[in-house]
Amino acid sequence: MYDVAFNANEVAVNQVKITARQVQVFYGDTHAIKDVDVDIDDKTVTAFIGPSGCGKSTFLRCINRMNDTIDICRVQGEITLDGENIYDKRVDPVQLRAKVGMVFQKPNPFPKSIYDNVAYGPRIHGLARNKTELDEIVEKALRRGAIWDEVKDRLHAPGTGLSGGQQQRLCIARAIATEPEVLLMDEPCSALDPIATAQVEELIDELRQNYSVVIVTHSMQQAARVSQKTAFFHLGNLVEFGDTDQIFTNPVDPRTESYITGRIG
Amino acid sequence: MTDVTSSSQTPPKGRHGSLMTVDARTRKRNAAEKRFRSYGLAAISAGVLCLVALLWAILSNGLPAYKQAVVELEFNLSQEDFDSAEKALLKTSVYTKHFITGLSANLEARGVEASFDKKAVDRLLGKVGGELRAFYRENQDKLGQPVIFEVPAASRVDRYLKGTFTRDNVSEDGTRFFQQSDFDLVDAMVQAGLIRQAFNWNFITGVDSGVDNPGGAGIGASVLGSFMMMIVVLVLSLPIGVAASIYLEEFAPKNRLTDLIEVNISNLAAVPSIVFGILGLAVFIQFAGLPQSAPLVGGLVLTLMTLPTIIISTRASLKSVPPSIRDAALGVGASRMQAVFHHVLPLAAPGILTGTIIGLAQALGETAPLLLIGMVGFVARYPDSFLSGFEGPNSAMPAQIYNWASRSDAVFTEKAWGGIIILLVFLLSMNLIAILLRRRFERRW
Repeated sequence: MYDVAFNANEVAVNQVKITARQVQVFYGDTHAIKDVDVDIDDKTVTAFIGPSGCGKSTFLRCINRMNDTIDICRVQGEITLDGENIYDKRVDPVQLRAKVGMVFQKPNPFPKSIYDNVAYGPRIHGLARNKTELDEIVEKALRRGAIWDEVKDRLHAPGTGLSGGQQQRLCIARAIATEPEVLLMDEPCSALDPIATAQVEELIDELRQNYSVVIVTHSMQQAARVSQKTAFFHLGNLVEFGDTDQIFTNPVDPRTESYITGRIG
Repeated sequence: MTDVTSSSQTPPKGRHGSLMTVDARTRKRNAAEKRFRSYGLAAISAGVLCLVALLWAILSNGLPAYKQAVVELEFNLSQEDFDSAEKALLKTSVYTKHFITGLSANLEARGVEASFDKKAVDRLLGKVGGELRAFYRENQDKLGQPVIFEVPAASRVDRYLKGTFTRDNVSEDGTRFFQQSDFDLVDAMVQAGLIRQAFNWNFITGVDSGVDNPGGAGIGASVLGSFMMMIVVLVLSLPIGVAASIYLEEFAPKNRLTDLIEVNISNLAAVPSIVFGILGLAVFIQFAGLPQSAPLVGGLVLTLMTLPTIIISTRASLKSVPPSIRDAALGVGASRMQAVFHHVLPLAAPGILTGTIIGLAQALGETAPLLLIGMVGFVARYPDSFLSGFEGPNSAMPAQIYNWASRSDAVFTEKAWGGIIILLVFLLSMNLIAILLRRRFERRW
């Protein structure tokens, strides 16, 4: 007990939020994720990189049990959030997803107004007691999503009428409106142009203050720019996991080095 | 200029030759495309031609059913005549006499000579005495002053005026329906300008009539019967169909059993409607003991028939909602049911509505199952109340049309064509509603 307190003092910024132990994922007969062990820290951006089909998105979707919606998908092993196994029988995935928000590859706002997009999560989780509170939550989420100034005059315009980058930031605002503790991002910038990408990356860096962010990306430059920790996946295995600086400058595993230097992938 | 001509004479040496000349292969492909286009055009024009012919046949045969010959008389009955007629033993025959006097006076006033007796009036105009009496008993203030009195003419007069019934159709001796001399009387009335063509409201609002009065038959009661059936179909098939499709599409596991159910639903959509009719007869009438010929049973049978259509179209529109919307809803912590009811269903609604209305339109035009459950009888009156309309015997539009078409009198054939027009108007307006709803609710953003 005292030990823990002592350690916590030392690594105050690096408290572990999520741990994965011996995680296996099967799609039917395909073994998509093999023996993944990883610790994801709180208030840190962790990047998952690797070639297409290496399982990084699959693993990401395990963290909020989005894979449950796929009939043929089976997950084994243990993933804990704050020490609680999220695959325990008593855990309701709906409750989990309120704690672990997700942003998808393609911006997918609801075909509703900007306001309703952000207010939907708080509404179904009963986070606001009245209209004023809801207004406050929406404004706060949109501000944190770095999109408030662009949309404050047209909150009731359709969310699908925004540009791609704005839509993605709206989706981020929608995800953080439910006050999650972890934010999962599945290639959030792959459908965006460089300027919108830069805005979203800046936003991710700000979000680190409050959340544990896990981002899957195809772009190694992006991983280097936004993340503090990087995990390299290859053919369903977690090949290497460590500080981003170390992974990009001094990789231990030869496969990591090959991928980063462009020889595989 | 000279440069250009000289270069066109010596083609460039590229592997594909000059772009200015069309090679044999391209020419062949272009010809094939041209041929295909002309096949398409030919197919479309054949279709349009058939449609025009069909519409022309329906309208030219059916529109006369909406017109009716009416005899218009200026009539003046004094208070004394009324009092004495009311005291008489055979009141209507006295009124008939007054009518005959009035008709003669009208003809004379216009300088037309004609001789006729009471029987001729009965044949041409029906029981005028009763109608005259009913009119004056209700409007006693009109006694002693001239009024315009209208009586619908018998259907044979109608057809004579339309040219489908001629002197050749009646033998020298005549029948109890028509005598040769009656033609002269009709001619005289036409000459005197006493007969005019009026819109036949009775055809739309009236009920079926017997063979002795084909002109008086109306489609009203069977329109009501069809309407009652559609209420039953809508109330049952929409909720059942939509619930079944949402479960199958969004919640059910994908396994052998659901595959089997899916295949069977598709098969049900292709089952001939008469099979549903005999099923309805066996299950609803013989087993469950529901009343025969009732719109309730008709509605149940048509519900069975419509359900596969609604389920298939609902599932198709649920499937067309992008999965990213479901992901988005689940991602912010909505339950599966919330994701479906808050996001997927509203987006699928236009498709569901369209499918439902098309299913209803199909059910509206269905005849075969109705024949088996007895909704093809002779229905000569409206139901007493709204609820008894469901369980009391009634007909439906297509069954009534079938019924008329199988009767021998040519007037009924005309009524059948006229009924088809009403049926088509209903179907077209339902399809129009489907299109409008689709436009209204479709989200383009």
